[in-house]
Amino acid sequence: MPLSPLSIHDLSKRYGGIPVVDGLNLELAPGCCHGLLGPNGAGKTTTLRLALGLIAADTGEIRLLGHALPDQGRAARQRVGVVPQSDSLDPDFTVRENLFTYGRYFGLRPAELAGRIPRLLAFAGLEGKADAPIASLSGGMKRRLTLARALVNDPELIFLDEPTTGLDPQARHLIWQGLRRLLHQGKTLLLTTHFMDEAERLCDVISVMDQGRIIVQGSPRELIRAHIEPHVVEVFGEGLTAWRDRAARFCQRCERVGETLFCYTHAPQAVLVDLDGRHETGLRYLHRPANLEDVFLKLTGRDLRD
Amino acid sequence: MTEPRWFPVWRRNFLVWKKLAIPSMLGNLADPLLYMLGLGYGLGGLLQSVDGVPYLHFLAAGMLCYSVTNSSTFETLYSAFSRMHVQKTWEAILNTPLGLRDVLLGELAWASSKALLSGAAILLVIWGLGLQADFVLSLALIPVALLTGFCFAGLGLAVNAVSPNYDFFLYYFTLAITPMVLLGGVFYPPSALPAWLAAGAAWLPLTHAIELARPLVLGHWPDRPLWHGVVLLLYGVAGFTAALGLTRRRLLR
Ligand SMILES: Nc1ncnc2c1ncn2[C@@H]1O[C@H](COP(=O)(O)OP(=O)(O)OP(=O)(O)O)[C@@H](O)[C@H]1O
Ligand SMILES: [Mg+2]
Repeated sequence: MPLSPLSIHDLSKRYGGIPVVDGLNLELAPGCCHGLLGPNGAGKTTTLRLALGLIAADTGEIRLLGHALPDQGRAARQRVGVVPQSDSLDPDFTVRENLFTYGRYFGLRPAELAGRIPRLLAFAGLEGKADAPIASLSGGMKRRLTLARALVNDPELIFLDEPTTGLDPQARHLIWQGLRRLLHQGKTLLLTTHFMDEAERLCDVISVMDQGRIIVQGSPRELIRAHIEPHVVEVFGEGLTAWRDRAARFCQRCERVGETLFCYTHAPQAVLVDLDGRHETGLRYLHRPANLEDVFLKLTGRDLRD
Repeated sequence: MTEPRWFPVWRRNFLVWKKLAIPSMLGNLADPLLYMLGLGYGLGGLLQSVDGVPYLHFLAAGMLCYSVTNSSTFETLYSAFSRMHVQKTWEAILNTPLGLRDVLLGELAWASSKALLSGAAILLVIWGLGLQADFVLSLALIPVALLTGFCFAGLGLAVNAVSPNYDFFLYYFTLAITPMVLLGGVFYPPSALPAWLAAGAAWLPLTHAIELARPLVLGHWPDRPLWHGVVLLLYGVAGFTAALGLTRRRLLR
């Protein structure tokens, strides 16, 4: 079996006595996209910082591209790309200068960079913007440039911390396209996100993290199959409270969130017939297959974090 | 020869500076020049001589050190803080093979370079006005400017490391830099101070810089040059060491 690009064993990190990463194990498969999902404060960014050798763990072992961390972090980071959670493009530079300057941090020569930068600009769809200042870019362009910047050293493994947060749907699709291209080239991705559709589309394996621990792991389809009934009927509108008592007869599991009742079931026929019979009461519904978000909410709960 | 690891950080700052070099240099120069000409001619007209030389000649070395100190301090406080805290430039660099030591060494070298440039600009003014007694000796002001810049860059980075915001820097200026400028011998010889105050002032790094610079303008070799040099070096190294530890605690915890 080929060497895992990142393997983490029994990793723990506390801040002020509170465990933020708590006995975490993770093994990435080469060439795969691995998703790290979890509510705010679950410890995703901290895990990435540990896995880059930037901060020291309290316990545990990390091997990044064959290097033991944090001691050999420098050698390992030479072959890793990072898209950080918060924007850190250099506002004093143009698009091209950003790529050029960043490449120099990896010890790349100007001639090498001159060859790479046009390809990176094309990858990011920013050919026409090479000499534009950062302030003139849209949010989506900035994020694409940050992704291109992470590729300047032609990394084998790329860490992406919420690469599409704050972007509109078109911009997100462009980023996804880019990430799929990277997977085709054989790169390994470690992606954190709050968008379940994003994880479902891109990731081969997903780890759901909560309170510093990985609570489940598997492919999106496996997780849906293992943890949730295949059909979801979302019911809302007038008379919901009265109808709720009937729901238990038809469904394995019901959960009310605000104005909506989520009914999970293996056989949706009965509940749909019942609801169709109440058409005129103002009760309305939406029938859909179960998705990753249902799994996520079931496992991490529906209450607000932070 | 391979370049040192911190060099790309220095170059990043240099490339940004290059874009705005002219206004930036004018801004750096205007303040000490106004002091020098205003005080030198204005006050100089009232004073017969200070320590046996015309006041403008006396003031020149003080202004050179003041300008170097200011330039180095501004760069390591306001500019470095915006790169560390606001723009997250350092965070981005730390995701590459470079470490925090490389980042801070690059900043230290950059602030020293800018300080050197400010010193060199004042030196040009000194030459232009013919204030130096001995041209060859005045060339030694160049390493003095570099060393003084290094010293205040180290100290500035340490202050930067503990600063919650820009406002904090005002404390450093009012509590450290301004007293130093007033007591360290920029405007008048420390011998004019009461003995106890002069004894205290002898510990200030700026005092040592001026002890080196003033004789070089006035045409003689400084007393105890090695001692003054070592003090400046130690202040700088101590500042840098503290900066490294404190910034590590701030960013990489
Ligand atoms: N340097 C630090 N000092 C103290 N506490 C920290 C530090 N870094 C992170 N934490 C805390 O650790 C917890 C986990 O933070 P982390 O940033 O890893 O979460 P996350 O899963 O990335 O969250 P989000 O989805 O909001 O980005 C948070 O409660 C955070 O406040
Ligand atoms: Mg995070």
